[in-house]
Amino acid sequence: MNIVVCLKQVPGTTEVKIDPKTNTLIRQGIKAIVNPFDSYALEEGVRLRERYGGKVTAISMGPPQAVGMLRDAISAGADEAMLLSDAAFAGSDTLATSATLGKAIEKIHNYDLIICGRQTLDGDTGQVGPEMAENLGIPFIAYVSKVEEIANGKIRVQRMVEDGYETIEASLPAVITVVKEINIPRLPSLRGLSKAKSAQIPTWTAQDIGANKESIGQAGSATWVVKVFYPQRIHHAEMLKGDPEAQVNALVGKLREGKLI
Amino acid sequence: MGLIFDKEKCTGCGSCEPACPFGLIDIVEEKASIKVEGCNLCGACRDACAFEAIRIEKEIAAALSDDEYHGVWVFVEQRNSEIKGVGYELLSKGREVADTLNTELCAVCFGYNVKGIEQLTACGADKIYLIDDPDFTTLSEDAYVAELVRLIKLHKPEIILAGATPFGRSFFPRVAAILKTGLTADCTGLDIDTEKKLLRQTRPTFGGNVMATIICPSKRPQMSTVRPRVFKKKLLQTPHAGKIIKVDFNKSAISSKTKILHFVADLTEKLALEDADIIVSGGRGLGKPENFKLIRDLAAALGAGVGSSRPPVDEGWIPYSHQVGQTGKTVCPKLYIAVGISGAVQHMAGMQTSDCIIAINDDPDAPIFQIATIGIVGDLFKVVPLLTEKLKSG
Amino acid sequence: MEYFLTEQQKTLKSLAHRIAEERVLPVRAELDEKEQFPTAIMKDLADSDLFRIFIPEKYDGLGGGCLDLCLVVEELSRVCSAVAVSYAATALGAYAIILYGSEEQKQKYLPAIASGKIAAFGLTESTAGSDASGIKTTAEKTADGYILNGTKQFITNGGEAEIYTIIALTDKTKGPRGASAFIVEKDTPGFTFGKKEKKIGIRASATRELIFRNCLIPSTNLINKEGMGFIVTMKVLDNSRPGISAQALGIAQGAMETAVDYTRQRIQFGQPLISLPVVQYKLADMAIQVEAARALVYAVARTIDSHVKSFTEESAMAKVFASDVAMRVTTDAVQICGGAGYMRDYPLEKMMRDAKITQIYEGSNEVLHNAIAIELRKRKGKRE
Repeated sequence: MNIVVCLKQVPGTTEVKIDPKTNTLIRQGIKAIVNPFDSYALEEGVRLRERYGGKVTAISMGPPQAVGMLRDAISAGADEAMLLSDAAFAGSDTLATSATLGKAIEKIHNYDLIICGRQTLDGDTGQVGPEMAENLGIPFIAYVSKVEEIANGKIRVQRMVEDGYETIEASLPAVITVVKEINIPRLPSLRGLSKAKSAQIPTWTAQDIGANKESIGQAGSATWVVKVFYPQRIHHAEMLKGDPEAQVNALVGKLREGKLI
Repeated sequence: MGLIFDKEKCTGCGSCEPACPFGLIDIVEEKASIKVEGCNLCGACRDACAFEAIRIEKEIAAALSDDEYHGVWVFVEQRNSEIKGVGYELLSKGREVADTLNTELCAVCFGYNVKGIEQLTACGADKIYLIDDPDFTTLSEDAYVAELVRLIKLHKPEIILAGATPFGRSFFPRVAAILKTGLTADCTGLDIDTEKKLLRQTRPTFGGNVMATIICPSKRPQMSTVRPRVFKKKLLQTPHAGKIIKVDFNKSAISSKTKILHFVADLTEKLALEDADIIVSGGRGLGKPENFKLIRDLAAALGAGVGSSRPPVDEGWIPYSHQVGQTGKTVCPKLYIAVGISGAVQHMAGMQTSDCIIAINDDPDAPIFQIATIGIVGDLFKVVPLLTEKLKSG
Repeated sequence: MEYFLTEQQKTLKSLAHRIAEERVLPVRAELDEKEQFPTAIMKDLADSDLFRIFIPEKYDGLGGGCLDLCLVVEELSRVCSAVAVSYAATALGAYAIILYGSEEQKQKYLPAIASGKIAAFGLTESTAGSDASGIKTTAEKTADGYILNGTKQFITNGGEAEIYTIIALTDKTKGPRGASAFIVEKDTPGFTFGKKEKKIGIRASATRELIFRNCLIPSTNLINKEGMGFIVTMKVLDNSRPGISAQALGIAQGAMETAVDYTRQRIQFGQPLISLPVVQYKLADMAIQVEAARALVYAVARTIDSHVKSFTEESAMAKVFASDVAMRVTTDAVQICGGAGYMRDYPLEKMMRDAKITQIYEGSNEVLHNAIAIELRKRKGKRE
């Protein structure tokens, strides 16, 4: 089974707060981290390789420093990794990103399953997985919480919906996105760390993947960010004073007044 | 083309450094040093610079000027023949947008014996493209993708909206990819640039820390998904005549490589959180799984739904279906009571538009107080039982 | 403090640290409360290849040395020494095979241990603690193999391990030369376990009696030769004792960090406790002791790694010093943290309870003092 896992390096902004005076991100050395959902994707890929044999290839479209994340992926079980990096990719929206990743996967050529995390921490769109599937003309299943079986060229999974889960079967090759309920990512192993240290991780440019200039980067993007702003959170809550008894009395009074209860 | 930095103009004031959402700017030897690779030209640094030392040159494709695409469409999702609330909400918003553009509003709905179709016109739909076919209840997403693409290609709407539900977030991007057009997910704001007749889509990024406004100038349709409860359902004052157009669905034309085998329901709570008018949520401050009893008791006294921030769900204290937040549910009840929740950005992203927010926390600096309507700094183990008691005794 | 660790050792230390923080920390209190063996964590350690450290490369190991093992045990002990000792005792159980086993025995058992099979070492009996010569378990040679009879007491990993190295008497008449070392597998007929002991500390570590009633094992399970039992024992313990020093060191480190953390936050008399001179003095003392212990433990580990022929004295010194430091530092840490330190909701009291055993097992500190004195006398107190 040839498995491709797509990883993205994102700013670790979960640790960052807004400076209330300037209303900007307080950025004391934002670390770049692997998108947490992608860790689950990688772990699932490695588990499937352990179950069915084959190879796990980790790829990422990002700046040169994302190579560190790809090394970590090898230490956690990926067999090989490639970085897609080129100034021509700058300004990509999800349409252009999925086209770029799709081209890279076509270059990898032998693939049975592509696994992505359900969404990224920075973009939150969850769009690259499905868009990539359409570009490659293969089936797509989102929010996979369990891979039941891969047999006879088909994959059977459980995918989460609001009120439970569905069991779905699709023919391979296919793209799936996974949720964190699917597994607990392993820690790196010593042999993995050793392998990662000496691994050759090639950088593929737009030319290497034979990308069409019109479908990558800004040219390949359909959406444009015209404004970025920090949400105004200057808000004054009414703080209730006194001992718990007094606070509760005041609260119930206000809720009744506002006809909320 | 791209980011142009004028070193001469730069004074090293450092305003650009915290402005970059990607952390690409450092001040080195009293001048800004910008890592251009990884920059997506959002322009936040340019806006922060008082000295015009940064320029962004983008060739934003010219807005489409032709008249080929008309109409605002809303994909109305149904599940088990019940229309999801978000469908009505988007039609109400869609009516506003369509009126501004002076164009028609159409609902698109695929299902079988779907109830509540009349409400679609009551919310403002001029036309309803309806597939009413028993086969649709068994078909996978592939059928929805294929049929919607077919209808869009046939009728060429300029804008189409869908709910950012798990289904919406899965199938809508596939439609966008086939049509090679732009899709903006989880929009919290939709406006029209009347001059360019473009949809301006505002959405949160970085878990809500940063808001972005996005346009799709040259591709059509302009597609957006919107989370439930972001917009309000509004029935039109005057009755509205809407036409139902039945769409014939050719099953054999759909080649699907995906099959739904069966569905298993998780019915731990009778009341779907998104539909609750009052929600009481517990967070890490509860300390132990047993303490969720305090939340349940208060919720029972209020007839409320029970929610949770992420940490209790991660610890296994309460099932995921109760999680409110960026990777959980987005709710917008009349009253949201946050107990022992500090107010991480990811949680606030899921509930900050609630009408009235009450926060109970022993930390006066907890971020939740920044969005609360009423705050109680205190020991939740004292406050909550007292509150429950008072509500029960009237 | 610079300890000149190699890149590989730094990687090892940081991996062990990460496992301790991510996998051990969330469950240590529960494991202690329920006296539950950390099976899942042992699997995590195995998956990360940490059991391969003390196994030679030829047998699927990574061929690491004493210092490598100590670094891992220290980092695990910093968070929970019961987890650390379950891991370290497997090394203890493996050493007899590594140092004295035949090629066949090494091929059969070492790769299994490298992949995470738990091992244990069975010497102690009710009549033989510090006085190992008091053992009474016998191994009678027959045509079909050896028949073991007797009971081992207080064996770490007893019941959880699959592979046991057991010291038993093959010839009661020969005194110290009458003991031999054997490999016994779990589920061998005649080999059962007594109840799990209730201890004040390292409660997640499983301590059980090993009961042998006409337990027949193949003669190929004899390690090396008959009569080598105590020589094997001494060598095995010399090699594993630094691991216990590292365990004590880790406990002391964890306790000191916790105390510093607490005293920075706890406000009394209008200021954090750590601002008060009496507290500062105690904390400084703790820090000095921990660092001195670390320096000694690492130096001894390096000495062993340099393949010196004999290191009984060094091994003993590190263990005595580090364990005494652990006991002192944990007790002082509880004292500084006052009421909170005494409460089970706070991690310090467990560290204090855990520290005590390090002064007792793997050569009580009293016995080790004797051993050091013997060496001292031999070398007339001089160093080259």
